[in-house]
Amino acid sequence: MILTRRRTTILFFIIGLVVAMLAGWIAVPAALYESIEQPLGFSHVVHSSDDVGMECDDCHHLTSEGGFAGIPQIAVCVDCHEEAIGTSKDELKLVEEYIKPGREIPWLVYARQPDNAFFPHVRHTKLAKIPCKQCHGDHGQTKTLRPLKRNRFTGYSRDIWGHDFSGITTSPPWSMKMSDCVDCHRKRGVRDSCLACHK
Amino acid sequence: MTKTTPQKRYGMVIDIDRCDGCGACMVACSLENNVSVVPPEAGIHRGLTWIRVYSVTNEKEYPHSDTAYLPVSCQHCGNETPCVGVCPQSAVDVDPKNGIVSQIPERCMGCRYCMVACPYHARYFNWWDPVWPEGTEHLLNPGVTPRMRGVVEKCNFCHGRHHAAQERAASEGRSEIEPNEYQTACAEACPNGAITFGDLADKDSEVAKLAAGPESFQLLKTLGTGPKVYYLTQRGWVRDMAAKTPLPLDGQPDD
Repeated sequence: MILTRRRTTILFFIIGLVVAMLAGWIAVPAALYESIEQPLGFSHVVHSSDDVGMECDDCHHLTSEGGFAGIPQIAVCVDCHEEAIGTSKDELKLVEEYIKPGREIPWLVYARQPDNAFFPHVRHTKLAKIPCKQCHGDHGQTKTLRPLKRNRFTGYSRDIWGHDFSGITTSPPWSMKMSDCVDCHRKRGVRDSCLACHK
Repeated sequence: MTKTTPQKRYGMVIDIDRCDGCGACMVACSLENNVSVVPPEAGIHRGLTWIRVYSVTNEKEYPHSDTAYLPVSCQHCGNETPCVGVCPQSAVDVDPKNGIVSQIPERCMGCRYCMVACPYHARYFNWWDPVWPEGTEHLLNPGVTPRMRGVVEKCNFCHGRHHAAQERAASEGRSEIEPNEYQTACAEACPNGAITFGDLADKDSEVAKLAAGPESFQLLKTLGTGPKVYYLTQRGWVRDMAAKTPLPLDGQPDD
């Protein structure tokens, strides 16, 4: 009799645990983040392939003042895509909707930080020699653009807060939180005061 | 991969005998640091400015009367910094590598303990939502975040300019900035060249030489807060007064 009651207790405990875990790790993130598709399909692999032969910094370059230019403007695309290359749906959309009318493509930025964060790309890539993919993941090897997961309340990308709700993998490229920045700064013995990164 | 960077101590020397109280430093500072415009009823106690020009007189009759102007910003105290210890939010810290005292508005909860603790009245509270006159929004400096209502703000030695200088230096492959690459807006704007900004730890710098000179003094030195803003004057009464008594907030020209 006692044994049965204990079994029942354990069973309810396990069921409760599973339900709570599912809610916390799957249901809440699914409800919290809305999934937004990029305006256009884009393959990094095709552009960096031997056939096309572009380098990363052909599009994602630093300015002479050291600032990061980010995602390229349509002017860079026009160099090759003035006329449609091939007949894919995205190619035609690029030429008809953006290149011919001269409109910029409203790309969604996965790694946009809050306004009060100062992140000089040049100090990290040129001085500390940190490869882009350490924070951005192997984005240059992707064939398609994944949808942006945007927090419904704050508007920030899920790339910032982190994709893993279990908290096991909490470092770039899995998350780009302040604690991730601070961890790396302390490991390398560089400035970790508030004003080092906040403006 | 641990790098040792030279210890800097950024500081400022203000020559009171050169200051004629024009307020160009206040204007330049507000523009540089996106200080918002407060409504007219704010008065002197609820206004916003990161550097305030005080006027003090020797209280004597003409022809012996004399007036001095003291621009007072955050003094970036290097010893027992009063605002740091009282902040319940850790929104204030002293950068161990360059001595600049920060104020992080996103952490601030607006309790204003730091304003009480600061002996120099150098901290200001946002009583209103930040507004800028119509048409001037596009003049905002993208290197400085505007503050919201309900938080404290103060001088940080134009840290946005420090960021920009660091970024430029890094693009040339340097991890350290040269002294001439980083200046505060107030020092640049002063038409009389009364403000000198630089690294006090560098003994050859102009600011260190001036600070070590016989005419230099610190505000409320007896408190032992070790301010990194020094003042110069040949007038003994100004030195005696400013070293001992807090500057009077009432009776200022813009009150």
